[in-house]
Amino acid sequence: MSRIDKHRNILDFALSSLLRRKRKNIALVIMYTSLIFILASVIFFTEAIKREACILLENSPEMIVQKTMAGRHDLIPDNYIRSIESIRGVQSVRGRLWGYYYEPTRRANYTLTVPEHFSYGTGYIAIGKGVSRTLEAGKGDLVPFRAYNGSYVSLEVADVMTAESEIISSDLVLLSEPDFREISGAPGGFFTDLGVRVRNAKELPVIADKIRRVLPDTRPILKNEIVKTYETIFDWRGGIVMVILMSAVFAFVILAWDKATGLSSEEKREIGILKGIGWETSDVLWLKFWEGAVVSLTSFFLGVILAYVHVFLASFILFEPVLKGWSVLYPEFRLVPFIDPFQIMAIFFLTVLPYTAATIVPSWRAATIDPDSVMRL
Amino acid sequence: MIELTDIRKVFNAGNPNEFVAVRGASLVIAQNRMTVFKGPSGSGKTTILSLIGCMTRPTSGRITVSGREITSLPERFLTEIRQRTFGFVFQQFHLLKGITVLENVMLPAYPSGQRHLSLREKATGILHLFGLSAKMSSKVEWLSGGEAQRVSISRALINDPAVIIADEPTAHLDSKLSLELMEILGALKREGKTILIASHDPLVSESPFVDLVVSIRDGLLKEVEERK
Repeated sequence: MSRIDKHRNILDFALSSLLRRKRKNIALVIMYTSLIFILASVIFFTEAIKREACILLENSPEMIVQKTMAGRHDLIPDNYIRSIESIRGVQSVRGRLWGYYYEPTRRANYTLTVPEHFSYGTGYIAIGKGVSRTLEAGKGDLVPFRAYNGSYVSLEVADVMTAESEIISSDLVLLSEPDFREISGAPGGFFTDLGVRVRNAKELPVIADKIRRVLPDTRPILKNEIVKTYETIFDWRGGIVMVILMSAVFAFVILAWDKATGLSSEEKREIGILKGIGWETSDVLWLKFWEGAVVSLTSFFLGVILAYVHVFLASFILFEPVLKGWSVLYPEFRLVPFIDPFQIMAIFFLTVLPYTAATIVPSWRAATIDPDSVMRL
Repeated sequence: MIELTDIRKVFNAGNPNEFVAVRGASLVIAQNRMTVFKGPSGSGKTTILSLIGCMTRPTSGRITVSGREITSLPERFLTEIRQRTFGFVFQQFHLLKGITVLENVMLPAYPSGQRHLSLREKATGILHLFGLSAKMSSKVEWLSGGEAQRVSISRALINDPAVIIADEPTAHLDSKLSLELMEILGALKREGKTILIASHDPLVSESPFVDLVVSIRDGLLKEVEERK
């Protein structure tokens, strides 16, 4: 005789008890799973996309300097580089060339970027997976680009990139500086913006201030400001979905409350019989605990697995318009799976524990009756 | 041996609906005997069985089971005694619907922590004795009244109790099945069990297996008749 066998026996009975009320319990699991699925989907998505944004910015310079004209972003002349380099504390300044390219036939938007060191040289490109999927192009294929003046420039795919983050590489086309200028029409001596690296990150605000004073038509943007903006945007979007979700959460609370405030007369009768045939109050509570645990854990794992598939394999298809709608990302990308154990724990504690408690409380009330009441049932 | 000393049981004490079910009952029940408590409805038969079977506590008085005073024991110990010493056969059978006959029989022994397999073998053996082997996998709602009663007795025997308590066991049985039931209880007595029955059915109180008939009226033990 052992405690393990005791619990195995009680669990065994809990399972057959659940099967007895098959329809009710299946409906419960479906509703419960849907709730966890939605909660977990939103959390997985917002966290994964925030993480993508962080990876995206990891290798970017601490500060970006843009030239503005009438409040709009304008090309920045290369003589600005020397002006900024002369500011004390600045380590290096690099002119960056990047832009967007719209491909009307595929209705896709690519990001053209000239990397610091492009090893393939003029006439070649390296493309992201998303671009490769959209163009159905692989290594060795020629890709025509329509230049700013209407002419076509054909570039050969030298590489299809894989990266830690698909956002980084998905819509990316890396190319040489001459090819970029030929397609975009960006004149020599001008860059899209400047990437500034500094010796001491603590001096960033001071240096930014100096840049604004020396070059009043520029706008220095600090990396941590971009990170904060991303986080705020996705937290806010996650918040919207959460607000919509509140109705589902409330429905679940009502359901849990319904369970907490009353057992059916059949359930009460069964508890009376169990007490009558020799079960202790604690045995009945263990039975109800296992019943609640089986329902909530099944729903929890199903919900989390479905959410994982939904977010990381099905591109968050159900909530895409709400969460990604602020800027349509062409071409399609898949988020790199990232799960924070803390979030899983949070979902667990917010759903499984209250439900299990909600199943035990009314049973505790019913189980504390005198077993002799069964004689009078 | 079971001994009741000046037992009193009051329900809803102090309330307008206060009800005295048992008024100062004293009785000695020897082991390995069949005792029938007879009397009209509401006379206190079921309450006395509940008190003896550790299902409820007396308002005053003492009950000893095999020399152990049980009235002052906390619930846990009381449950333990109830599990090990008593097997219950209820008037309405009280089998759990939706699960099999076998599971119903095994149910009282689940919390004891016996291995599932050995428990299953034991329950199968008991059901075989009662001619219910073929019904083991059936749901209890498909059983006839007589079969349900035998399942209920099988369930009462799973923990191998010394005492079988049966409350109005023939209430839902016809005469033939009632006599069959008394045969079964008689056989259990021969095996060494003590049988306590509450019934107002003459088929029970006049059964040749009965050793002691206790007449109860208005919560008072009126007459104790020794048969042999």
